Amino acid sequence: MEFNYEVEGGNFAKAGNAASSVKKVLKQLNVDPKVIKRVVVALYEGEVNVVAHAYKGNIMVDIDTARIFIRIQDEGPGIPDIDLAMTVGYSTASAMVREMGFGAGMGLPNMKRNADSLKLSSKVGEGTIVELTTNLSK
Amino acid sequence: MKVCDIVEKLNLKVIGGSEGLQNEVVGGYTSDLLSDVMGNANEGQVWITLQTHRNVMAVASLKDVAAVIIVKGLEAEESTISQSNDEGIPLLSSDLETFELSGQLYELLQ
Ligand SMILES: Nc1ncnc2c1ncn2[C@@H]1O[C@H](COP(=O)(O)OP(=O)(O)O)[C@@H](O)[C@H]1O
Ligand SMILES: [Mg+2]
Repeated sequence: MEFNYEVEGGNFAKAGNAASSVKKVLKQLNVDPKVIKRVVVALYEGEVNVVAHAYKGNIMVDIDTARIFIRIQDEGPGIPDIDLAMTVGYSTASAMVREMGFGAGMGLPNMKRNADSLKLSSKVGEGTIVELTTNLSK
Repeated sequence: MKVCDIVEKLNLKVIGGSEGLQNEVVGGYTSDLLSDVMGNANEGQVWITLQTHRNVMAVASLKDVAAVIIVKGLEAEESTISQSNDEGIPLLSSDLETFELSGQLYELLQ
């Protein structure tokens, strides 16, 4: 089962819409609430990163009986140093974004903690691809 | 304890989401950083914050918090209130500072 969502860079009003929709789908599929919680945290952070740091993006969610696979792909500035970006507290978010309570530098660490696997690839000046896998088998 | 009990005991104003006033409260979480709340708050907690924009309600709904309390008498934005109504998650307001309000809620939940 596959779902796709568009994400607009800079549009904070819509941030979280994809995460909210995926949460409803997973509930309907009777996925373990603990798993839903983790997926929602990881996806929300990924979605917000596109809004806060990129120009536009696409989220693909693929669900089968064994796992939930999420690919978040954006057109944006890319990440020059992925290890640095993964560091808790590291953020290049603007002052305005920080004032709203985003930009704490906890997003990527939250994603790593809440997914069974996180793969990040990025090209500076082109964009970023984040792949999150959550296992469903017990 | 229910959200409506907390409203009464802490003298809070209900700004939105009154549908959820019967939500059961299991604890509290105080933070103004959305990623901190995303990563660390738990379902059924009351979230205390000074943030007033609508993303607060998006996070509140994703985390299934029992209610949100805005401190210092700050005014919530219109879109925040309407989202709280849509989600049925109470949006509450207090004139107290974060420290005092968190302390009072902590006392109440002991
Ligand atoms: N999709 C993205 N495109 C460009 N840069 C990104 C993206 N995601 C993350 N980054 C970079 O990694 C940093 C850390 O990300 P994160 O841990 O989510 O913290 P925050 O978003 O709060 O800054 C960001 O500040 C930004 O510099
Ligand atoms: Mg982030």
